[in-house]
Amino acid sequence: MTMVYDDLGDEAAEEIPVRKIRFTINGKKKVAEIEPRLLLADLIRRGVGLTGTHRGCDTTNCGACTVLVDGQAIKSCTMLAVQVDGREVTTVEGLASASELHPIQEGFKQEHGLQCGFCTPGMMLAAKDLLDRNPDPSEEDVRWALSGNLCRCTGYQNIVKSVLWAAEKLRAEG
Amino acid sequence: MFPSRFRYEAPHSLDEAIGLLHDGGDYVKVLAGGQSLVPMMKLRFASPEMLVDINDVPGLAYHRADPDGSLHIGALCRHADLERSDVLKGTQPTMAAAAPLVADPLVRNRGTLVGSLCHADPQGDWASVMLALGGSVIAQGRGGKRAIPLADFVTGPFQNVLEHDEIAVEAVVPPAKGARAGGYLKLERRVGDFATVGTAVAIETLGDTVIRAGIALTGVGGSTIGATEAAAALTGKPLTAETIAEAAELAAAAAQPRTDHRGTAEYKRHLVRVFVSRILGGTVASAERAA
Repeated sequence: MTMVYDDLGDEAAEEIPVRKIRFTINGKKKVAEIEPRLLLADLIRRGVGLTGTHRGCDTTNCGACTVLVDGQAIKSCTMLAVQVDGREVTTVEGLASASELHPIQEGFKQEHGLQCGFCTPGMMLAAKDLLDRNPDPSEEDVRWALSGNLCRCTGYQNIVKSVLWAAEKLRAEG
Repeated sequence: MFPSRFRYEAPHSLDEAIGLLHDGGDYVKVLAGGQSLVPMMKLRFASPEMLVDINDVPGLAYHRADPDGSLHIGALCRHADLERSDVLKGTQPTMAAAAPLVADPLVRNRGTLVGSLCHADPQGDWASVMLALGGSVIAQGRGGKRAIPLADFVTGPFQNVLEHDEIAVEAVVPPAKGARAGGYLKLERRVGDFATVGTAVAIETLGDTVIRAGIALTGVGGSTIGATEAAAALTGKPLTAETIAEAAELAAAAAQPRTDHRGTAEYKRHLVRVFVSRILGGTVASAERAA
């Protein structure tokens, strides 16, 4: 992975601190050379080229950039990319297999869980964090777990239904 | 947005981390959960020359109750660990009530209690909770450890008493001498917003008598406010409608709210009064149910 920096003509440009990290993203092993100030969202979008992780507010509010790091849902605009050294990242692209949608994605399709779709990847990964911990959540549990993800279409009703649909499907699949 | 350039170190031991802080120059910050520090760096409110990331330091991701009844929370214990903790249930009602109200679920997966105390935001929930419980911060430097009571730890908004080469490694809640009761209530416009008002109440009772009380307020002043007179008004007395009303009144008087987009000063003061009565009233009700 090649990073291109603005040459500001200052002395500091000679000493840009670059670190090599190794991490796994959606099951694939990667090596990257990055500046420590690079945010995880930018490593994923610009470095790896996976643009399903969205950049919404960029201020730790909206949750559109939610990904899983070692299985835990976090806001990737608020974590440094160097911090995933040795860790496993899952983005929305990692949910489906080549032939089949993940039950959470299927749920969003069945229950019309999206309108514009911008918040959807973050919603799905926050939902995955919940369902991995709690396979049989109540509606209240789902609302609580998604409370860090904002939907500007305000389609929350169907998003909650989608996650409950997915929970039921996952339980049925065992 | 992205932070300005900094040197990044991720040591594998506390000694190494403290050494880096000691030798690191004028402006070094410790990175734990980063849920306040990273946004501040992105906004360039903070531009440290070096970050010492302690996430690879082993032995800091714990919270445990010791046999003497004291509770110890390590520097890498996340809010989510406390929210899902069996240790807090039943024994730490104020903490158990506050844990699910900190920020939002995604931030709770990363952010830490100790980091929140160090950040010393007047809007921080944990500082009020720990102040009400009479908690302390354990700071470790080159000369060893020292315990700093929370009342002395925070010196103002975003300021604490840590030396430049000290790391806050643990927060401690002292053992209870009586039965613990209390809670935390917070009004926020939406999940993840800063508190309009937050109120922490922690009491210990022997029989009907309150033997220790702590009340602290979030978001109604330039720093976390300890409502010491309100707490004193409860100590040595039973919880009755009268003592509760008096404590609620004194707590409201201790608040220093400002009128802003979250509400008027008078409204916020009123909320403090309501929250103190509601938490203490709930304590009485649950004691009656248990009897």
